[in-house]
Amino acid sequence: MKFSFTDEQEQIRTVVRRFLAEQSPTTEIRRLMATDHGWERAAWQRLSGELGLTGVHIPEAYGGQGLGFVELGIVLEEMGRALLCAPYFASVVLAANAILNAGSEDQKKELLPGIATGETVATLAFTENNGLWDSAGVALTATSAGGGYRLSGVKSFVLDGHTADLIIVLARAPGSSGDTGLSFFSVRGDAAGLDRRLLKAVDGTRKLARLTFDNVPADLLGEEGAAAAPFAATLDQAAVCLANEMVGGADQLRQSALDYAMMRMQFGRPIASFQAIKHKCADMLVEVELAKSAAYCAAEAAAENDPDLPALASLAKACAADAFMQTARETIQLHGGIGFTWDNDTHLWFKRAKSSEVFLGSPTYHRELLMQRWNV
Amino acid sequence: MSQPTQETVRAEARAWLEANWDPSLDLKTWRTKLVDSGWGMPAWPVEWHGKGLSAALAAVVDKEFRTLGAIGVARSGPRMLAAATLLEHGSDFLKEKFLRRILTGEDHWCQLFSEPGSGSDLAGAMTRADLRDGQWIVNGQKVWTTSAHHAQYGFLLARTDWNVPKHQGLSYFIIEMEQPGVLVQPLRQMNGHASFNQVFFTDAVVPAEYLVSKLGEGWKVATTTLMHERRAAAEGMASGLQSAKRVGKAYDQERAEFAITMEPYTWYPQRAGRPDLVIERAQATGCNTDPVVRQEIAKLLTMHRAAHWTQRRARAAQQLGRPPGPEGSLGKLVGSHVARASANVHTLINAADAMLTGDDSPMNGIIAEILVSTPAASIAGGTDEIQRNIIAERVLGMPKEPLTGMDRPFKDVPKNTVQPRER
Repeated sequence: MKFSFTDEQEQIRTVVRRFLAEQSPTTEIRRLMATDHGWERAAWQRLSGELGLTGVHIPEAYGGQGLGFVELGIVLEEMGRALLCAPYFASVVLAANAILNAGSEDQKKELLPGIATGETVATLAFTENNGLWDSAGVALTATSAGGGYRLSGVKSFVLDGHTADLIIVLARAPGSSGDTGLSFFSVRGDAAGLDRRLLKAVDGTRKLARLTFDNVPADLLGEEGAAAAPFAATLDQAAVCLANEMVGGADQLRQSALDYAMMRMQFGRPIASFQAIKHKCADMLVEVELAKSAAYCAAEAAAENDPDLPALASLAKACAADAFMQTARETIQLHGGIGFTWDNDTHLWFKRAKSSEVFLGSPTYHRELLMQRWNV
Repeated sequence: MSQPTQETVRAEARAWLEANWDPSLDLKTWRTKLVDSGWGMPAWPVEWHGKGLSAALAAVVDKEFRTLGAIGVARSGPRMLAAATLLEHGSDFLKEKFLRRILTGEDHWCQLFSEPGSGSDLAGAMTRADLRDGQWIVNGQKVWTTSAHHAQYGFLLARTDWNVPKHQGLSYFIIEMEQPGVLVQPLRQMNGHASFNQVFFTDAVVPAEYLVSKLGEGWKVATTTLMHERRAAAEGMASGLQSAKRVGKAYDQERAEFAITMEPYTWYPQRAGRPDLVIERAQATGCNTDPVVRQEIAKLLTMHRAAHWTQRRARAAQQLGRPPGPEGSLGKLVGSHVARASANVHTLINAADAMLTGDDSPMNGIIAEILVSTPAASIAGGTDEIQRNIIAERVLGMPKEPLTGMDRPFKDVPKNTVQPRER
């Protein structure tokens, strides 16, 4: 563990932060969150084309920049700070990692370059209506038919599932259970028999969809029946990535609370001069910095494929989710009445904090995983 | 003469040590030799027992000492705070009289700053010193005084002028502890240990030449002492102890010196909550299968790990020469969160046994000691509340706490009515 970023990594952060400050002002967030689509192709192309962000951690052999999880974490932290409305987490984190972890060499060469350049927007469909985050919840079945496969069942809480061009689906062989019989499949977004419905989500900046598969033709990704391990790896990496995104959002909230406290006058003085407010701001800094340390450490563990990665992923996810939610609550509290209004921007991050707290498993769920992974 | 370099300094220090270091020497004999040579405090000026080297070159010398296992100057207790303060602010008379004996370990020292009426607000000291017949007469009470029970000298912050605002009326003295007007009593803590003392002054006498710096400059001098104290705290306990296994009279004597200094502080690890014992205890009691306990353990260990990583980030930034980020200022406050959470988890794990103490309590009393020692973590060395003020003001740039009473004589400022306790 290095515990510091290199000058090059700091430079990536500066560039991405500047780009997103311009690209994702709150007027733009508010405009996009009100749409069903949730993001725009033109802005997506700038992000992928000009900065190459969609390929940041994808190996050069598959059209990416060949950097690692630390750089991906930096990009996500800045996206969380800016509350960017884009299918980045779905495509670059969830789908690309599933393909990297599970796909054959030919499949990686076929599927990844489109994701790396941003031309293809992909997502991963793994959770179902039961809301379970691990393979135990998978009921959607894949049956082989005439050299191919057909998928039937329902996937839910699929990030950007209603707009993705390519959907990686976790399915199981009929009659199988648990970690056996699991396979990944790739499905075209416009495949016959696939019904995609946008769900009404608390967090309008991150779209969720329910996908109903009725005998949908699908291509096997990787080995049949062997998806359990690559799926687990994908989940760990996703937890690390989400933790880094969350600490960006938390840091943004913390700073906005501080800025407001310095500006807001009551009783003839800025409220930042009251000890009750100063102590709250100090506590928020502690929460956010601890969560950053955990998220950064976990990103490095992912970059190095450290054997402790599963434990650190759960630790970082739980820590960042609690810090983000706590900071969101305190930021609203510190704003007082205005903080509860629609016009004030705090609720945009509050809602992201709420959905991120739950997505991929609650802090309670991940703390239990941490205990199991440390053999307690 | 050419400028010393790392190589010349290393060679010179090594040559001197090879010619002089001998573990069979009496500790005081060795340290006297060492202090005379200047190699004991290489960063100090040549005229005051040093070599006048930069901090970087002094570190080279320290490394040679460690390599050869040579014992350095005496460092235990608050003595080095006195030494550093005297070096900066003391008259030649005071430096001449005290510095050598501090370094050789002949004299023990204590710090007489905190009072029952002024803890966080140290500049509100009410111990008074009045000039009578050419000497200072001291009356008042100090508290939390480490080493006072075996110190020959103390460095004392006392009020010499009540008609000016509080920071301006303080002066800094050296006081002889072994005199009729000074009474040292152990201060028993809630965990049963007595690691500190309270010191009562009743017409204690201080010679006029024991005033450090000028009259009314006491706060400035105390700030120097406090700066060195914080630095020492950040660097951790400088034990000076080379190894438990080394053989020789000097080593034996140094170990004895260290043991005496550390004896009152065996509970310090417990003050930090002992999160390292949590999993072991949970498995021993079988409650590692309880989902509620598992949640609490995970919360604690997450915070403990994250606190550790945050410190590592601060250190890495420092090593790279980057400006300090906010992460460096949080350690003290986070440490007390960890201690509190850890005490709660130990309570949960040990259940009814958490009501017991001593050898009736798990781990021969260690668990009980955790439960009654952790409240100190959020007080000692700056309360959580003061830490939050510091973070808010110095890191986040929020407005400073208004200082009241700076516009009037200290005698007119509202104060505690604490009287020296009946003895």
